[in-house]
Amino acid sequence: MPKQVKLAAHFPGVNNTTVWSDPRSGSQIDFSSFEHLARTAERGKFDFLFLAEGLRLREHAGEILDSDVVGRPNTTTVLAALSAVTTRLGLAGTLSSTFNEPYEVARQVASIDHLSGGRAAWNVVTSPDAWTGQNFRRGGFLKREDRYRRAEEFLATVRELWDSWAPDALVGDKENGVFARGIDRFVHSGPQFDIRGEFTVPRTPQGQPIVIQAGDSDEGREFAAKTADVIFSRHGSLESGKEFFADVKRRLPAHGREPGELLIMPAATFVLGDTEEDAHEYAREIRYQQVRPATAIQFLEQVWSRDLSAYDADGPLPEVDPDPDAEPLTWGRVRHEKDPLAVAAKWRAIAEEKKLSIRELVIEVTARQQFVGTARQVADSVNEYVQSDAADGFVLVPHLTPGGLDAFVDDVVPHLQERGVFRTDYTGDTLREHLFSR
Amino acid sequence: MGSAQQLHLGVALDGAGQHPAAWRVSGVRPAALFTAAHYLAHAKLAEAASLDFVTLDDTLALQPGGEEVVRGRLDALLTFAAIAPLTSGIGLVPTVTTTHTEPFHLSTAVASLDFASRGRAGILATPSRTEAEVTHFGRRTLPSEVDAEAENAEVVDVIAQLWDSWEDGAIIRDEPTGRFIDREKLHYVDFEGRFFSVKGPSITPRPPQGHPVVAVYGDSPYAHGAEVVLIDEVRDARVRFPDAKLLAGLSIVLAETEQAAIGRRHALEAYAPFPAGGLSFTGTPADLAAELPRLAAASGLDGFHIRPAVLPDDLALFTAETVPALQAAGVFRQAYTGTTLREHLGLGVAANQYAEA
Repeated sequence: MPKQVKLAAHFPGVNNTTVWSDPRSGSQIDFSSFEHLARTAERGKFDFLFLAEGLRLREHAGEILDSDVVGRPNTTTVLAALSAVTTRLGLAGTLSSTFNEPYEVARQVASIDHLSGGRAAWNVVTSPDAWTGQNFRRGGFLKREDRYRRAEEFLATVRELWDSWAPDALVGDKENGVFARGIDRFVHSGPQFDIRGEFTVPRTPQGQPIVIQAGDSDEGREFAAKTADVIFSRHGSLESGKEFFADVKRRLPAHGREPGELLIMPAATFVLGDTEEDAHEYAREIRYQQVRPATAIQFLEQVWSRDLSAYDADGPLPEVDPDPDAEPLTWGRVRHEKDPLAVAAKWRAIAEEKKLSIRELVIEVTARQQFVGTARQVADSVNEYVQSDAADGFVLVPHLTPGGLDAFVDDVVPHLQERGVFRTDYTGDTLREHLFSR
Repeated sequence: MGSAQQLHLGVALDGAGQHPAAWRVSGVRPAALFTAAHYLAHAKLAEAASLDFVTLDDTLALQPGGEEVVRGRLDALLTFAAIAPLTSGIGLVPTVTTTHTEPFHLSTAVASLDFASRGRAGILATPSRTEAEVTHFGRRTLPSEVDAEAENAEVVDVIAQLWDSWEDGAIIRDEPTGRFIDREKLHYVDFEGRFFSVKGPSITPRPPQGHPVVAVYGDSPYAHGAEVVLIDEVRDARVRFPDAKLLAGLSIVLAETEQAAIGRRHALEAYAPFPAGGLSFTGTPADLAAELPRLAAASGLDGFHIRPAVLPDDLALFTAETVPALQAAGVFRQAYTGTTLREHLGLGVAANQYAEA
């Protein structure tokens, strides 16, 4: 039997991915949008639905960014509500280990696991800044290394809580009046947390809800190799995907784990067309809608840390260099560039070589793993990545809310099923069974 | 319907019922208390009777007591989120703990419950005063009762500011200018209180009701800001809370004859006494229907927070017989006349504190 493809659906949230100007674009916030995507993913027999998180509205140049989609609901609340309108689909949410406490996260994820009958997953992220902390009691800033220390101890603590009820603790002996027995006290004493007591939630249907980790750095890979069930990565090309895959899987034995115990699922977008040419033409249109002139300039300003509003997005890159010492102009985006001068030099070289305007360059450098083609071609390509160990599957990011996944489910999934690389129906009830039963 | 006062009715869905031994005498299996289906079934009963709302108690600690009582529970707000899409009329009012839960998370969670229920969310905002909860978080000392209540009042204040931090109509999707939102309609709340500060704006747009309904227990000295106050002490209640919707807690033990109800009560009391606090009624559904309007009129109450001794037995009798009798007497709605919890409670539209008049 060939290797089976794993698939997840990302609700296209807060950023410029969602083409909100498309007439088919619906609400980003109404529950019906979440329900539609979840039902579609379940109809397509997907492993899980994935929600991101951001705990402060993005700002650019001192003002709330108004060109991207903003506004999203609370992650755990939406997942719990989605458990009502789905029966098999896994429900994965991102919760920061910086601005939450282990007892509460353990309780929320365990509650969703019960309410959904064993379909909960937690994507553990660390939050980078005191800027977001201004919305929270604990506020504050954690240094990069401390964030991972906190995250690791946070997850370990959460698991201690999940394990603290015996699997058969709910006795229910009416005659003798024993409701529950076997609720252990937890005691966790470490550098980050010093807590003790009793957990309020019985052991969940999955025992341990699924843990997802999104990390590219060395610390992130190590953390995932040690503790996660799924790693959500950003490796675009087949080659870089293979390298990442090999690197992460190589780390597992040191933690006493088999390669199959950690699944690698990069984010990917897709564009379908009746012909290959149609698909590429449509993909180009989408990219231009996602990267409007103002978005392109703002993107450049993130690296330059200068006001570039006087520049024409359809013109060449600025001659002025980034200001490496300036405060960032943009808050709330993940910043990947540590050396803005080097980034600018690299981008200038790309723009010069390919003769790109600012907008074209931004489109070029922000391209992610993208499957473009006919349904058959996309299915072939997804399968090629999986069979050649560049990924175990993908977290698909549609560009339209909420109907962006429909065509993939209707047209691409049947091709994957025909090839025998994707389930034609769920064989288990829990997310853990979807991901790991053979 | 005439001019008789219209009652408001909420019902508690805690455990297997209000009485600690309810789980022993009902058909409810312990494991059922950790499923959505249990709460959905009871919320549907309440909804079929057009009751205003259901509540679900919560704390961030295990219930006190020994093996003989219900111990353990799921997050109340998430439990109600899990029944929100499958109900259409009933208001959903989970307890939330304001001492340890971040106000920012709380604000978005309740707003999101309001989105998922299409305007039927409320919260019962409750401070924590237990040492057990402090040790579960490990970063604070036990607050004094006065401080916990004052912090609760601050939380209630800031979550409403966060709900208002997006004006209605902030999402414009203006194609010509490329603006998804009108940032003039978003507001930093810049809240600086005694206990915490919050910058804002919310990450979540203003919810359907504008302000989901905030309820508090009436023993709080800071209850004045809340729109619904649940009281156990009926005397002088109207004097203490002149503007709020006042609902008195009322435990019920019902049966077709008064004798049978008394028998049920005794059977429960053989296991354990009834919890202290609030009114209680033991008798027939019809007698209860006669009693409620009298009690409300005598004490200036707007209604009752019904606490069935045993779920579903007492809730089933209450909805099947007491409610129709109240309807026949013209003191309770025949069907929902609105779609939101605010409408059920007659609370009117919530004004946005940031919007220009």
